[in-house]
Amino acid sequence: MKKSEFFKYFFVFLWLTFILAPYIWIFITSIKSYDELYTFPLKYLPSKPTFEGYKLLIETTPFLTYMKNSIIVAIFTVTIALFVAILASYSFSRFNFKGKTPLSFVFLVTQMFPAILLAIPLFLLMRNLKILNTPFSLILAHSTFAVPFTTWMITGFLKSIPRELDEAAQIDGCTKLGVLRHIIIPLASPGIIAATIYIFIYSWNEFLYALTFTSDIKARTIPVGLHTFMGEYIIRWDLLTAGGIITGLPVIIFFMFIQRYLIKGLTKGAITG
Amino acid sequence: MLSERNSYFNKWEKRVLPFLLLLPAFTLIIGIVAYPIIRAIYLSFHSFNPLKPSIFKFVGLENYIRVLNDPIFIIALKNSIIWIVGVVFFQFLGGLLGAIILKQNFKGRAFVRGLSLIPWVTPSVLIAIMWIWMLDGNYGIINDILLKLGLISRYIPWLAQKDTSLPAVMIADIWRGIPFFAIMLLAAMEAIPDELYEAARIDGANSFMIFLNITWPLILPTVIITTMLRIIWTANHMDLVLIMTDGGPGFSSLIIPLMSYHTAYKQLNFGYGSTIAILQGVFLVIIISLYLRLLRKGESIY
Repeated sequence: MKKSEFFKYFFVFLWLTFILAPYIWIFITSIKSYDELYTFPLKYLPSKPTFEGYKLLIETTPFLTYMKNSIIVAIFTVTIALFVAILASYSFSRFNFKGKTPLSFVFLVTQMFPAILLAIPLFLLMRNLKILNTPFSLILAHSTFAVPFTTWMITGFLKSIPRELDEAAQIDGCTKLGVLRHIIIPLASPGIIAATIYIFIYSWNEFLYALTFTSDIKARTIPVGLHTFMGEYIIRWDLLTAGGIITGLPVIIFFMFIQRYLIKGLTKGAITG
Repeated sequence: MLSERNSYFNKWEKRVLPFLLLLPAFTLIIGIVAYPIIRAIYLSFHSFNPLKPSIFKFVGLENYIRVLNDPIFIIALKNSIIWIVGVVFFQFLGGLLGAIILKQNFKGRAFVRGLSLIPWVTPSVLIAIMWIWMLDGNYGIINDILLKLGLISRYIPWLAQKDTSLPAVMIADIWRGIPFFAIMLLAAMEAIPDELYEAARIDGANSFMIFLNITWPLILPTVIITTMLRIIWTANHMDLVLIMTDGGPGFSSLIIPLMSYHTAYKQLNFGYGSTIAILQGVFLVIIISLYLRLLRKGESIY
């Protein structure tokens, strides 16, 4: 191996260590026994790896309830946001109409407001609608905030589908909505799957609205649940890290499936301007 | 008859359908974004405690005058500036380094690139758990490593000390944002045609000159856009600060959005909390325009 080759791999190794080391350390912590967590000097590896932390987390804390809530909120958010975003992307990518540019600008601007600015009045709105401490408040908020980026992403995919296909279908008697259903959606399915996972990840991870809209254990999602663990108990790091691993794993796995599409969707806009 | 109906239908499809398709999205945006913002502005002129809804008093500019004289707000403002500038600057530096590494040809490159973005999709709560645990004053691995390297002489409670709490949270946020920067810059670098590099190499340019004269100017637009996205994001997202230090100890790591959250949800002062959140928006606009002006100045030098 040439010297420059060696350096290259050395830097790649450093980069990967930088990215992955915290995850590895958290995983190791989660499989240590309680006593081994608090030793001085630090012991890097557990002498007897155990999944006791995971077992205790599920048996003695409301973690499964939090998980159920997170799943419910994420599934409904994905359904609503995807439906809304597909319609909007179809409009932006296939029609020319007055006010298209300002309307798409409005989409972008929604991303710029500080979440806290919206959280305060939204809390009051949700209270008036009597949906605080229910999944509905989070589904409503998450759907809305997922729509702009999702629309942007799907619009990019729809633009790459040749318009000749639409025209051919229309000559065969298809309406515009028929084109969307029979031509566009099937052809854009890789993009739509990527968008689905993006929305899921957003909803699954979202913290501030979940924190402000749910104070009841029964309605909490995982991020808020884990946050309250830190305050409620003497911090049990074996349980907390186990919870962190269970929370992070699904998004990381999903992400690895769609990363190519997501990176494409993400970088396209910024580079072509 | 049939063709007449068709032409009506065609007009409908052209004129009405595009708006109809956007209707659900705009209903959500108006209800969940636009209306709350107007409500927040309205609230900022009132004194309001949600537990005592009968007391809803118009106070005019009182909240705004109060903010400007609030010593805690001044601390939060100062911390916010350090937070945004520090985080975004180091994310950019790390991201640039990462992009250069990921640009090289090596085995398993696609997979490594995929792995690189993992921190970007990790829930804030997990990132906070990681870093609180790694930075722990008694059992933290960071203390362990620094001590072994001889860089510190005793364990330091990074998050529980006034002069290290803000930088400690910043490190966690910098770590989280570097991969995003790296991937964006990498994509920009990949868009540069190879012929440019070849031509420069034939002309005898070294790697550093090539970077300075070809790569950098061509990735600059992406640098600007990504930096702006990160400024907005970093200014508004306070999840990590909230979970890791909650602004403490004292007010040493308090940033403006977190102060707004505390005011509204801990002191139950929704009016004053809204005022602070609005100023956060104004503050962000100022930062962005300063950043853009700085860039324009920079450009005129070239």
